[in-house]
Parts: sequence; C-alpha cells; structure tokens
Amino acid sequence: MESQKVKVAIIGSGNIGSDLMFKLRRSKLLELTWMVGAVPDSDGLRRARELGYKTTHKGIDELMEHPDDFAMAFDATTAHAHARHAELLKAAGKIAIDLTPAAIGPYVVPVVNLDKYLDHQNVNLVTCGGQATIPMVNAVSRVAPVKYAEIVSTVASRSAGPGTRQNIDEFTETTARGLSEVGGAHEGKAIIILNPADPPIIMRNTVYVSIDKDADREAIKGSIEEMVAEVQRYVPGYHLKSPPIFDEDRVMIMLEVEGAGDYLPKFSGNLDIMTSAAVRVAEGFATHLNKKGAAGRTVSQESRA
Amino acid sequence: MSKPKKIWITDTTLRDGDHAMSHKYTVEQVRQVAQALDEAGVPVIEVSHGDGLGGSSMQYGFSVDEEDRYLRAAAEVIQHGRMAFLLIPGIGTHKEIQKAAKIGAKIARVATHCTEADISEQHIKMAKDLGLDVHTFLMMSHMTPPEQLAGQAKLMESYGADCIYVVDSAGAQLVDQARERVRALRAALDPKTEVGFHAHNNLGLAVGNSLVAIEEGAVRIDGSTCGLGAGAGNTQTEAMVAVLDRMGIESGIDLFKIMDVAENVVYPIIRQRHVPRIDRGSLTIGYAGVYSTFLLFAERAAAKFGVSSRDILIELGKRKMVGGQEDMIIDVAVELAASKKGSPAQTAATPAA
Repeated sequence: MESQKVKVAIIGSGNIGSDLMFKLRRSKLLELTWMVGAVPDSDGLRRARELGYKTTHKGIDELMEHPDDFAMAFDATTAHAHARHAELLKAAGKIAIDLTPAAIGPYVVPVVNLDKYLDHQNVNLVTCGGQATIPMVNAVSRVAPVKYAEIVSTVASRSAGPGTRQNIDEFTETTARGLSEVGGAHEGKAIIILNPADPPIIMRNTVYVSIDKDADREAIKGSIEEMVAEVQRYVPGYHLKSPPIFDEDRVMIMLEVEGAGDYLPKFSGNLDIMTSAAVRVAEGFATHLNKKGAAGRTVSQESRA
Repeated sequence: MSKPKKIWITDTTLRDGDHAMSHKYTVEQVRQVAQALDEAGVPVIEVSHGDGLGGSSMQYGFSVDEEDRYLRAAAEVIQHGRMAFLLIPGIGTHKEIQKAAKIGAKIARVATHCTEADISEQHIKMAKDLGLDVHTFLMMSHMTPPEQLAGQAKLMESYGADCIYVVDSAGAQLVDQARERVRALRAALDPKTEVGFHAHNNLGLAVGNSLVAIEEGAVRIDGSTCGLGAGAGNTQTEAMVAVLDRMGIESGIDLFKIMDVAENVVYPIIRQRHVPRIDRGSLTIGYAGVYSTFLLFAERAAAKFGVSSRDILIELGKRKMVGGQEDMIIDVAVELAASKKGSPAQTAATPAA
C-alpha cells in the first residue's frame, strides 16, 4: 500500500545517510523524499539524485521550506548541527530521529524501549556499541537484577570515522549511560577498541553482566536467545559467537555484528546496526502514526488524495 | 654513535607491573614502592592500573582498591621525582585525566595502537591544557613499518605531545626493528620533541633494544624494578641503571639504592604472586607478536577450557589482535576447545559454566 507510507527525509549525505537511503528503499512503511547535504557535489547527494530523490546542498533550511514532503527526519550530521536542527524540526511538528551524539531526546533501542517514546518528537540512537549491547544487558536485567554491566566494542579501524575518532570519550560515556538508563544495569562501563587488521574485522562486542551467584542461568540464557532473535529481525547479521559463558557472579556474552552491505561494507556492522535501528525506530513511529489515523501533515500527500 | 649525557628513566613497576600483579596491589604497597623509587632518584614514577586509568574492569581485571587512593598514596610520598599515569583512549576518559592532574600527577602518558594516533588528540590537548607534560605511546609498534609509525608520531606531536615512545608491547622487536623505528621517529619529529622506548623482555632483548634506542636518539627509557611487567616483564630498571652507569651516561638514579628497592621492597611483594620471566608463555608472546598482557589471561583461559595457552597465543597473533582485546582470548579458547572435540562451539562453552 504505497499510499500509506510515511514520508521521511535524511539530513546528512555521508556514509550513514547513504546507507540509510538504501535501507529506506526496502521499507514498506517509509517513503524517502529528500536527501539533505552540505557539499554541492558530494557522492551522497549525487547518488540520491540518480535514484530520483530530491536533494539540496543548502542544509536543513531548504528542507524546511517543504514541510509537506516529510513527517520525520533522520539526522546523520553532527551533535553540534543537530542542536539547531532539533529546534527547527520541533517547531515544524516533525519527528527527529537523531543518529548523532547530541542526545537531545531520550535514548532509544528499538527492541527495548521504543514503545515508551512513540509520542515523543525527538529520540536518540545512543551509539553503535549501545545498539549492539544494550539489548543483551536488558535481556539479563529483565530476568535478574544487574548491578553492573560492561561492554567492549571492537570495530575495524576503517569503519571508525573522524567524528568518532575526535571524540572517543563521547562513545564510552554515552554507551555507559545507555547501559544503565536503557539496559537496566545499576552501573555501566564501556570500552572501545579499534583494530586495523586487513582484511577488516567484523564488529565484535563482548558484554559482561554481573549477576547473583544463584541467579537462574537457564532463564538468563533463554532471555538472551529471545532477544538475539528480536534484534535479528532488523539486523540479520547480529549473532552470538558462542552461547553465554557463565562464571560465578557474571555472564559473558560475545556477539558479532555483520552489516547488510547495503552501502557500507559488511565488516562495518557498527554503522549498519545504527542505520538499521534508526529505520526500525522510524517504522515504529510510522505504524503509530497510521494507527492514530494521523491526518494532515503527518501523512503523505498521496493518502489524502 | 653519539653518546648522550643523560637518559631519563620512567619506572613503571606500579603500572606495567600491575599486570603481573593481576591488579592486586594494595594502597600501602603502592605507597611503599613509590616512596622507595623516589628516594632512589627515579625521575618519573608511573602509577595506574596496567591498562591505564579507568582500566579496572571485568575485561582487564578489577583493582583491589580505588584508583584515587592509589594515586593519592603515591602523590603523597613522591618528593623529588614526578608522578605519571597512563591513559588509553577508549578505556579511560578526560575525567580520569582531570582527576589525576588534581591529585598531583605531572605527566600524562597517552597510549594508542600504533596506527590509531588520531584518537588521542582530545586527551593530549586536555592534558596539555591542564599543564601536564605529555608522553605518548605508539603500542604494538612492531605491527607497522617505521615510516608509517613516524607519520603517526607526527600526528601526536601536532596535538602537543612532548615525547613519543616506540612501544614494543609484544616484546617482539628484533634489534634492527627497534633501531629503524626509533631512527624514523627521530628523523621525522621536531628536535625539541623527545623520543622514548618501552620494551618487553619476551625475547630477552629489553636492555639491548633500549640501548639501541638510545644510540638512535631516544632519551627516555621505560624500566621496571625486578622487570615487573606484562609478559616476561619490562627492561629491568636496576639493570638499565647499572649499564648506563658503566657507559658513563647519567640517569640520576642511585644504583645501589635501586638495587635495594628491587630486592627489599618489590621482590617481597611479587614473589607470592608472579615473577615475570622468559618462560614458554612469554616467549611465545614475543615470538608470535602478541600483546604481552595477554599472558596471564591466556593461561587462565587455557586452564578453564582445557586447551594449550601456546595455541591460544599463536592463534591471537595470527588474527592480528591488538592491545585491549582480552575478550578475544576467551573467544579463541572456546573455538580451540570446540575444534579439539570436533564439535561446534555450542558444546564447548556450556559445561565451563
């Protein structure tokens, strides 16, 4: 039902924005209209133009002149830029799905807490490490009390862009907060490692969760497996490297995240899980909007026609 | 060879040595060792979790006491020398730098893998802004060619580093490899930027490579009393001091006093736990080019999963694992156990619970 699709725009035509574009082409609920960039002849904008999307290199201001063209916008720019974008989008009644570290809205991990925020106007995707590991922490914390959770994300050097590199503390601190706020651990810690091996390594995550010595290991194991299956619905390359390893007062969960290879190479599961989660979040909003029988500007022109 | 007049030794008994101690130093032990090193004239005394500030974790092992208490204990007793700390971006953050500076650290040692210097910009600049000297580490430097290593050193220099170390984290560098790397850095960097060398003795080359580094212009050398450090340990401070003394190079350290520190203060602490030496495990690390810190983790994983620690280490070398990837040791052990049984990883991991 083409007419039911909710229109969306992408702000930021870099790697993340381009990968989002390819993922949105498959969505049954979302229709991409605009790709917004800042550099006139960027690869991202050219590709978007070739695929028939409207493009501009004049940033969000041009997009805001076409309010009927979108109900939601993905922001794949920078934390600094998002601060301004967030205000403009809010004033125009648009939903902002923030992939930057700005975190103006609440942290969202689709399998864990999206339902709570469907009436919000701005949500943040935490970090790639957070999207990969928070579901596991939550899988444990929903069946057993978790005092402490720690994650180690190892990504291929080639998939860590300049933004991450210039502010790596933002990754560790934001992810750690996500482990507690969304994952449900009392306290969280995050570590990130870049590995330059060639061929590049696939994104790896190790999740350590402290549990009581007499915690129900079968229940924990079952909950983890269920959660993996749920994440796999939007990130097919998400899988356990081995069954959870229990050791006295902790469980160690080893994950590998292979990307879909839409635009970004398969090893960059770290970027893929961000874009996949963002699309999943947007689809959640779209379903919610459709359910509310949304009228006017939140639904596409076609459905009104 | 142009012989320098003076070499500055940074003693890392209380940082790299923390690996060999499995992070079990007490605050009192840190105080004792720091005081003894200071009285012997050690100019720079490094105090941190083995994996740097913020390293206390499930991944690397929890320290038995709080980071602040270790730093304070050392800061209180260091009168003549300067206290340094290690920080590995991705593990520790700007918060730890601020804390350590407040407690009294004078030197920030900021470490990255040898190809990832650009993740240290934020931390180097912050440490400089706080008035600290900044010494940076290019870890696992055997994994990248000298010219590339020098390029990474230039980046760190551009962020404000005062000294850049060629760090042989795997104790894998042959004499010429150490020489070429120090030479490349020395040639590429501004004459005002110092070059340092940090060795591990896995191939028995720690003192020798340190001397080669000095020949090539390094002015800072890392050492550790009793050689206490990851793998087979570091350049032995007291041995290095004796050699420098015989060469007529000043270190500012009193030879007999530092010998006594090693014998009377440090050895009694470590002998119950782990005295690093070139044994099968550490030699394998040097031979395979693996992060020295993996030694004790590989031995524990080998015992737990019923596989050989040498096989684990060799496999980690093949996979080009970098510093900090301790979780991969379990991963490899699980896989080796599974292939040994000729069954999928499924069956291998579960009974180990």
